[in-house]
Amino acid sequence: MVSFGGWNMPVEYSGIALEHNAVRTRAGLFDVSHMGEFIVSGPQALDLIQHVTCNDASRLVDGQAQYSALPTEDGTVVDDLLVYRESASRYLLVVNASNIESDLEWIQSHNTFTASVENISSATGLLALQGPLAREILQVLVDLPLDPIATFHFVRGHLSGVDVMISRTGYTGEDGFELYFAAPNSEQLWNSILSAGKRHGLLPAGLGARNTLRLEAGLLLHGNDIDRTTTLLEAGLGWIVKSGKGRFIGSEALAREKADGPKRKLIGLEMLGPEIAREHYPIRIDEQEVGHVTSGSPSITLKKNIGLAYVPVDLAAVGETCDVMIRKRACKAQIVSTPFYKRSIG
Amino acid sequence: MNPEGLLYTKEHEWIRINGDIGTVGITLHAQEALGDVVYIELPAVGDKFESHKSFGSIESVKAVSELFIPLSGEVIEVNSALKDSPQTINSDPYEKGWLLRIRILNPAETSSLMSAQAYDQYVASEA
Repeated sequence: MVSFGGWNMPVEYSGIALEHNAVRTRAGLFDVSHMGEFIVSGPQALDLIQHVTCNDASRLVDGQAQYSALPTEDGTVVDDLLVYRESASRYLLVVNASNIESDLEWIQSHNTFTASVENISSATGLLALQGPLAREILQVLVDLPLDPIATFHFVRGHLSGVDVMISRTGYTGEDGFELYFAAPNSEQLWNSILSAGKRHGLLPAGLGARNTLRLEAGLLLHGNDIDRTTTLLEAGLGWIVKSGKGRFIGSEALAREKADGPKRKLIGLEMLGPEIAREHYPIRIDEQEVGHVTSGSPSITLKKNIGLAYVPVDLAAVGETCDVMIRKRACKAQIVSTPFYKRSIG
Repeated sequence: MNPEGLLYTKEHEWIRINGDIGTVGITLHAQEALGDVVYIELPAVGDKFESHKSFGSIESVKAVSELFIPLSGEVIEVNSALKDSPQTINSDPYEKGWLLRIRILNPAETSSLMSAQAYDQYVASEA
């Protein structure tokens, strides 16, 4: 067990590789109750969200979610998050566990609107059921059809009789659902999903597999790949920066950076030898240190060693090679496009 | 539960002593804590290490860990089979998963190592 944001969480149950493969080929169940949840409500709930996040929440309809971020004035990243619209005056924000306090403080300090922000993190349980068989497993337990729920949409329903918010989202690169409910139901729902999934090969999955899965899918981890020193554009998150929506925190800096072009870029790496890149390892090109690895791991699905790293934009071309410094040795890597893994649809 | 006759370190290595030759590996507990071993970096034959210094590294999916030598010695053989099948360290840590053979340079250093019984207790107290 490791301590993560004050929670004791299993890194693995049956082994990272087994759990990882279960999610890619069948299904895995993650307890991610440590994630943070805030309710933003009131007549100006949307105005507050539009001011503190970079994506355009005005495009959401009831029952829809979007990936977004809280930028600083400099265009760097306080946190990344999901914004769920429950109604025109009520939104759910889902943030990273280690940032709950700092996000809350950040949002409150910019709340000049008729909107209230309530931290419901400790009262909220969250299970993620992920993998190609997730829908089939969950369907027998819920009282509504899951097929009509599109990606990044959610509904309210009952799972084994418990009130749940069922969201077609995830952090693995597979189809799947994230289930939000009152925390005291966690154990009951965990057990009922595991038992329904048993004959489909569902496995409980821990933080270790969550990390290898999200890295293969090219999904970023705040604290590793993005933080208050990296801008959204450097991280390749320009697609969630909607300058057309009007002024928001960081909009001027991001517009300027977009016009000038970011100076460095987060790129995908594939190691050419057997060594494994890990976070903080330096990157060298022509014997000059030019950046560092932010995430690195063996890719269980691709059977290669992969990573993410920041390098200067003029050195960031796919196909170029660089050296990752591993225990003072230069180990060759190639710059590749991300995501490393993309599921085949249909 | 750990094999009798071997000596153990606090960093979870074992050494099996036969005359002035020592065979070194990591313990059952160490491989369990690491999870699936995917890569190992071992020194070259002829390299010399002082006791408790790092002689290489071992990587599982989730992390990299250093390996420490239980006694001062000169490497006389490395388990080259591990290069292609590092998972042997998980499946058989005390036999086929051995890492190094060394010529022991200072036998008196064994007083700093634990017996199997002392190591069992040490692991239990760490948990």
